[in-house]
Formats: sequence, C-alpha cells, structure tokens
Amino acid sequence: MQVAIIKYNAGNVQSVLYALERLGAEAILTDDLETISKADKVIFPGQGEASSAMKYLKDKKLDQLIPQLKQDFFGVCLGQQLLCAHSEEGNTTCLNVFPVEVKKFRPENALDFKVPHIGWNNLQDLKSPLLQGLDDSAFVYYVHSYYCELSTYSIATTDYVLPFSALMHKDNFFAMQAHPEKSGLVGERILENFLKL
Amino acid sequence: MLTKRIIPCLDIKEGRTVKGVNFVQLRDAGDPVELAKIYSDEGADELVFLDITATVDKRKTLAELVTKVAKAINIPFTVGGGISSVEDVKVLLNAGADKISINSAAVKNPEVINKMAAEFGSQCIVVAIDTRNVDGIDFVHTHGGRKATLLKTQEWAKEVNERGAGEILLTSMDHDGTKSGFANEITAEISSMLSIPVIASGGAGKMVHFKDVFTFGKADAALAASIFHFKEIPIPELKQYLSTDGISIRL
Repeated sequence: MQVAIIKYNAGNVQSVLYALERLGAEAILTDDLETISKADKVIFPGQGEASSAMKYLKDKKLDQLIPQLKQDFFGVCLGQQLLCAHSEEGNTTCLNVFPVEVKKFRPENALDFKVPHIGWNNLQDLKSPLLQGLDDSAFVYYVHSYYCELSTYSIATTDYVLPFSALMHKDNFFAMQAHPEKSGLVGERILENFLKL
Repeated sequence: MLTKRIIPCLDIKEGRTVKGVNFVQLRDAGDPVELAKIYSDEGADELVFLDITATVDKRKTLAELVTKVAKAINIPFTVGGGISSVEDVKVLLNAGADKISINSAAVKNPEVINKMAAEFGSQCIVVAIDTRNVDGIDFVHTHGGRKATLLKTQEWAKEVNERGAGEILLTSMDHDGTKSGFANEITAEISSMLSIPVIASGGAGKMVHFKDVFTFGKADAALAASIFHFKEIPIPELKQYLSTDGISIRL
C-alpha cells in the first residue's frame, strides 16, 4: 500500500511521515498530481495560514485534484479546515468538500479561554470506524485558533469555548483538527484505523 | 476539556543530555532519544530540549538530534537554546521540531519575534522569559539569568504576546533550583494579562507545587527538570495526584 502525504508550504509535515513510518506504512511526501492520484491513501496535513496554503494548492492545481479523489483521504489540522467551504482566516474560499464554515474562536472572556487552543483535549460523541477502539477518554493534541463548525459530517466533537467538529467524514473524505502524529497512542490508533479502512 | 500540561525539560550539550539523569532503565544515560521515549511513554504531555552547546559548528548535531527525536516519539516537543534567526528556526522545524523557543535573541532584537511568527506561524514560536525580582520589581534577565536587563517582566510579556509569540515559558530565577515551589504570584499575573498560554518553570520540588501553580499560578503548563530526571516525582504518580485533586489532566 502506498500512502501519499501532500506536500505544501505549511508547517511540520515531516512528522506525519515519521508517524506513518513508525506504523510500518510506506509513505511519500509529494505534490505531484499523478503520484497523489495513484496512491492508495492520501493524507493532507499541515499547519499554517489558510489563504497562503490555498494559494499554494491553486498554483500546483491541487485545488482541482483533491475534491475529485476517490481513495480514502485524511485532512489533518489545517488540512481539515481547507476541506471546508470557507474560512474566516484571511476570508478564504476553500475546497468545499464539506459545506461547512471555519470560524475563529471568540471567547466572551479572554481569561477563561486562551487562543490558540493549545494542548491535550478529549474527543466526545465518537462515531466512525476511524475511531474504533477509542472512547471519550481519548485525548488528542491541538494547536489551532480556527475551528470547523458542528455539522451532520461531525464524527467526534471537542469542547473548547464551544463544541466543534473534532473529526468529520463524508464519502471517502475524513478530517481531523488535532494532530494524530503528535497525539501519542490515541493518534497512532487513528492513523492505524485510517490505513485499515 | 483542555488539560494542564506536564513538561520535562532536557538539557543538551553536543547532542547528549547533561546533568545527572537517574534512570535505571536507561542503557545510555546520555542518550536524549532514549530518555525522550521514556518520558513520552510515561505520559509527559510535551518535551523541551534546551541546547547549551556553546559553539556554532556543533549546532549541526542539534538538528540531527531533533530528527532522531521526531522519528522516535509521538508527542510534541520544543527546541531552545541559542536560536537567533529565522534561518535557525527553519533548520530545526524542517528537522522535525514542533516548536522553537527563543530568549536572549528576542530581547536583543524584538522584531525577530514578528518575523518568525509571520514566517512559521505563532503556534511554533515560544518566547522564554527569565525573570528575577529586584527590590520588588520584576526584571527580565538573559544569558541563563546572569544578565539583568532594564525590561520589566510584565511589560515584556505583553510585548512578546503582541508581537506574535504563541506561548510564553516563564522561568523564575528566584525560584529556579530552590525546590520551594513555582513563582505563583508573577505567573498568575502574567497569565491573567495575556491571551496566550503560559508555561511555568523554576522551583518544582513536590507534587503540591504543580497543583499550586495550576490553581493559584493560573499556569497552562508546568515545566521541570531534575525532579523528573532523578525520579523524585514520577510523572504517572504526579498526574494521578493532580487528577485526584481535581486538576484537569490527561491520564
């Protein structure tokens, strides 16, 4: 099985590659359209800023390719947000795989909730084969200031300021706001489940 | 619920851990990768590597070490010590670090915080502040706390937040090494002023000190070194204690 990790100008994508290596998966980091199209599984990682990431995807024509992919696809962190319709970050039109809005955390009292949301928080309302073997005691590592709104596509939620979509699923597309590659055994389990789908 | 983080700090010199480390299960007491793996397995929420290598040419060793750590562990880690330029940050992030921490370089040239945050995002820029109370006023110190500056800690913390730091690592030089507890007062003051998380450091000696810094000190995370290295406080026991006492903790 060949896993393609989409390479773009965002954050520490190397760690996703290392995480897959620890699971014994064969993975490559690439922005080549053909390699991505032919891969058995695709992971779309990333940290960074939405509008500059979208610009990079457009330059590489990845914005046209990604929504048409048919194999299992996993958007992580910024990758989840870019799969949505629109992000408040840089007022960015995104890939619209999930017709969902990405919003900024705006706590009423800044003392109660710091932004970015940094650290370990738990998953709730888990419902998906992707989350098999996990329950609401599962903690994952977050670093983000924007979140995907709850929708019919939510397969797990996390509560910070308000409940948001921790993970989402539609057809062959899965997405997760936290970093599975940095979420200890829980993250490993999620990546393993994704590889086994 | 977002949990409070427990962060062991490893001092690194030329790619090896320094300060005595008392782990019987370590085959090589100086191997940072092996120690990092143990802490991560024990439930540490994050790790900090502080490089104290003096010479520039030896710093290549650090990037190599960062890659080895990134390959071995599945929790986030920060690398600090001697980082001064955007290029330094790039090398370490590309090697696999999740965050970097800057200290003296930010004091010398505050604009570098803006540059790093713009280039890599605030989430990976930690600004370390060493503070010491001099006649009732908190002043920022640099060079491992040896050099006093005229910057007031509260004002500097506010400035680095505004310049785009993602987190602050606040070390009280008055408490560091004393094992008498964290500097809860200044930590609470800084944490309440800022919109970004504060990692408290310096003074950990007992489990209750962690509870105090999370409650009275309003810290988002707590960092310690020797009490973990010498197994005075095992991490699983500490986390169990905090959880039982009502602190939100990842078990």
